[in-house]
Amino acid sequence: MAPHPGGLTGTRRGPAVRAEGLVRTYAGRRVLDGLDLTLAPGEFAALVGRSGSGKSTLLRALAGIDHGIPASGALSAPHDVSVVFQDARLLPWRRVLDNVVLGLTGPDAAERGRTALAEVGLGGRERAWPTELSGGEQQRVALARSLVRDPELLLADEPFGALDALTRIRMHALLRRLWDRHQPAVLLVTHDVDEAIALADRVLVLEEGRIAADLPVTLPTPRTPGGHAYAQLRAKLLALLGVTDDPAGAPDAPATPGDPT
Amino acid sequence: MTTTEAPHTPARADAPAPAPVRRARRLGPGRPIPFGWAIGPALLLAVWSIGSATGWIDPRNLSAPWDVVRTAGDLIADGRLQEHLWASARRALAGLALGVAAGLVLAVVSGLSRLGEGVIDGPVQIKRSIPSLALIPLLILWFGIGESMKIITITLGVLVPVYLHTHNGLRAIDSRYVELAETVRLGRAAFLRHVVLPGALPGFLLGLRFAVTAAWLSLVVVEQVNATSGIGYMMELARTYGQTDVIVVGLVVYGLLGLLSDGLVRLVQRRALTWRRTLAD
Repeated sequence: MAPHPGGLTGTRRGPAVRAEGLVRTYAGRRVLDGLDLTLAPGEFAALVGRSGSGKSTLLRALAGIDHGIPASGALSAPHDVSVVFQDARLLPWRRVLDNVVLGLTGPDAAERGRTALAEVGLGGRERAWPTELSGGEQQRVALARSLVRDPELLLADEPFGALDALTRIRMHALLRRLWDRHQPAVLLVTHDVDEAIALADRVLVLEEGRIAADLPVTLPTPRTPGGHAYAQLRAKLLALLGVTDDPAGAPDAPATPGDPT
Repeated sequence: MTTTEAPHTPARADAPAPAPVRRARRLGPGRPIPFGWAIGPALLLAVWSIGSATGWIDPRNLSAPWDVVRTAGDLIADGRLQEHLWASARRALAGLALGVAAGLVLAVVSGLSRLGEGVIDGPVQIKRSIPSLALIPLLILWFGIGESMKIITITLGVLVPVYLHTHNGLRAIDSRYVELAETVRLGRAAFLRHVVLPGALPGFLLGLRFAVTAAWLSLVVVEQVNATSGIGYMMELARTYGQTDVIVVGLVVYGLLGLLSDGLVRLVQRRALTWRRTLAD
């Protein structure tokens, strides 16, 4: 039903993302410090880390929008990358449909845009101005804008961080559903451990500019909090992030990276 | 009343009634008066009429209002007013069109490239501090006293506000939108069309309002420099013959033109910025 030209499933070869020894320096600080990362095509990975650990820097590097930053290391990413930001970032002077198809060319652009809007449940709102939509609706438009490009890699920088809890739960289901249908590789940056476990099949922990842990999530979907395996994974991730339930333990003590598996 | 033993009501049943509340003096301007804006002009017109009727105002200094109306009627009847109005409007429009186009192009070039800014911004800022009208002697030497001098003077007056406000609007565009444009891989032209120009439109339209006023202002001056047509010429000629009624007709026409064109730009503004109006509602 959705326009879904081949190429996403047929012509892929090799990993979607490969980074080796990635270094990015902001104001003299090596925010990314020799980072290695490989993402397989169609893989849904979450990136967690404390604030300042370099999550957004990595995402900006993968998106190719970190101009003028001292950089070294090898990085290969697909040409078709889409980014969803924390703010919906819709052009206020363009109507919803025009925002979705921004930069698209071809006679069927508008039709694809309509289909994408219908997919995120906003069919019929094509002519609305962005300011007329709620926060959740705006973020859904941003999702439609990303997916209409049939990206091989979808980068999402805390996309649900500004939404209320109920809307966030609905957006989780929507994102997972869209990923199922379009199968892009996803790198979801989040500070929310539960969000990472609920959505991703692999959780990466970023610490001091490197991937400190790489945990597969093998729980069946849909994943709801509760159950022993879930709690175990959650506790492990929180420990890696330096948060422990032990009141005696210093919460800011550096986490021991430990065995990634 | 008496049964409540609230400690903060010292009044008892046998105590004298409390004094009525004294309202504070109102310090704001109060409620709007219907048609309040018309009071000043009507008063002015009344003084003018009474002064003319009683002979207190010498018609050699200022014709009576009814004379002005009659003269306007005569000027329209024999087609002279329309002819001069057309000549003036053509000049103003030509200067406005050239100035707006030049101001817009300069603002976009200077807003999008650092080199462009270095080359363009300085001279425009220098021009800004020199009144256009002070350039007239030089422009007469360069371009003579014909139409081109007049149109260039108007163009220079129009260019500055359009440049300043458009440039300002352009620089105020959120850098997050630039980042977005990069991630969806907009080309230069598409970036200009979807992000830069719509983003700078509010600034541009504000500049346009100043520009329209500037165009009429420059027109008044250039039409008194060796013109053979136009409202300013008509007034200059009337001065030679002491026809104050014709001068007043010219003044009224200038005023109406200014009001009308400002209203027109405001209308365009409201139409073009629909997306912003939804915020205000």
